[in-house]
Amino acid sequence: MSPPAPDDCLARNTWICGEYLSTRRHILLDAVLEHLQLTAVPVALALALAVPLAVVARRWSWAAGPVLAVTTILYTIPSLAMFSLLLPVYGLSASLVVAGLVLYSLTLLVRNILAGLRAVPEETRQAARGMGYGPVRLLLTVELPLALPAAMAGLRIATVSAVSLVTIGAIVGFGGLGNLIYAGMNTYFKAQVLTASVLCVVIAVAADLLLLGVQRLLTPWTRAAGS
Amino acid sequence: MNTLTEAWRWLTDPAHWSGDGGITQRLTEHLVLTVVCLAVSCLIALPVALVLGHLGKGGALAVNLANIGRAVPTFAVLVLLLLTPVGRWSEGPTVVALVLFAVPPLLTNAYVGMRGVDRDTVRAAKGMGMTGRQVLTGVELPLALPMVMTGVRIAATQLVATATIAALAGGGGLGRIITAGFNLASTPQVVAGAVLVAALALAVEGAFVLAERLSPQRARGIT
Repeated sequence: MSPPAPDDCLARNTWICGEYLSTRRHILLDAVLEHLQLTAVPVALALALAVPLAVVARRWSWAAGPVLAVTTILYTIPSLAMFSLLLPVYGLSASLVVAGLVLYSLTLLVRNILAGLRAVPEETRQAARGMGYGPVRLLLTVELPLALPAAMAGLRIATVSAVSLVTIGAIVGFGGLGNLIYAGMNTYFKAQVLTASVLCVVIAVAADLLLLGVQRLLTPWTRAAGS
Repeated sequence: MNTLTEAWRWLTDPAHWSGDGGITQRLTEHLVLTVVCLAVSCLIALPVALVLGHLGKGGALAVNLANIGRAVPTFAVLVLLLLTPVGRWSEGPTVVALVLFAVPPLLTNAYVGMRGVDRDTVRAAKGMGMTGRQVLTGVELPLALPMVMTGVRIAATQLVATATIAALAGGGGLGRIITAGFNLASTPQVVAGAVLVAALALAVEGAFVLAERLSPQRARGIT
């Protein structure tokens, strides 16, 4: 095998390098898949936790204060510290990154879903009750659908934040594209750092647009009212 | 529980507080970085936001900037800066990244606050013969102050968090205790560092909440 040409862009360590893209295609693909997984799993778990929490906080007003206080405190803790605090519990594992991101997403989701539920007009609630709706049917068919736009806004912010925060998981070796950025920093590999960074932003924007599309499909009435 | 006891022992050991790379030095670095960068970011963002808000121009930019800031990973920006000529000055990447991430919340909140001022009030002020500058400083700014301060609070929290991540890219601050703990495979040190960072972040947030409580009612938006 002949040695690589001395003047290719990998040897020159340039920021943009086609050679890098073609030779490390599989590494990049694996990192992207890990990144997507580390984003989607925590956001989905947080959503599953946030809906009941917000409903409880809406129904029993005394619960709203503590729920909001705890989630606000969790959100204030910087991501690197959050992952580090979970280290004794989860060790160096992907679960650590997932757990940390669940806690962040939870804050954004609970706040937004609660705001959405609170914004449902009292007249609407009363009208539904007058039509004989029980509390469960009222919640599922009236309150939650009306809270959807606010909840989706929270979901979009939580997802975009999660995509960006996954990179910090590189400290424990589970950072998706963050691993490539971390390795690229230590080896001064410009093409790898720039490519992985750009891919992070592309994933964030794509996820945001995807959720915007889902929101439009789920809430056709807001479009009719808005136009 | 065992790790917590060991972390507590690590924290209370006086040898870890003093000297080069000790907690005192790292805490000072962290605070200086946060305060200096907050001041620089305010000097950059607030005049722009106040003038844009007063003129009612550039709203799309001001509002979308915060969303863009959220989508760009802090860590990626730090490493990218480290590999550029800025990286030759040891704290260069940290300072530039801190300012970059503190500007969007400042700009967005100040702009939204300025645009949220009741238009009738502004018209009344103009009708009384106030000049544009007088309306800006005497009417709009005081009324927008609660939103401006919300932006400053969010920016400060963001700065504390970003300064922590800077340790991953070789910057100073409390994050260094965490990264050093990871390199030594010392879970107690990692946890101790994380507790310090979390305490600092909560203290900064708490200080702003307290300042808001103690401020005159007018500045809280209660009229």
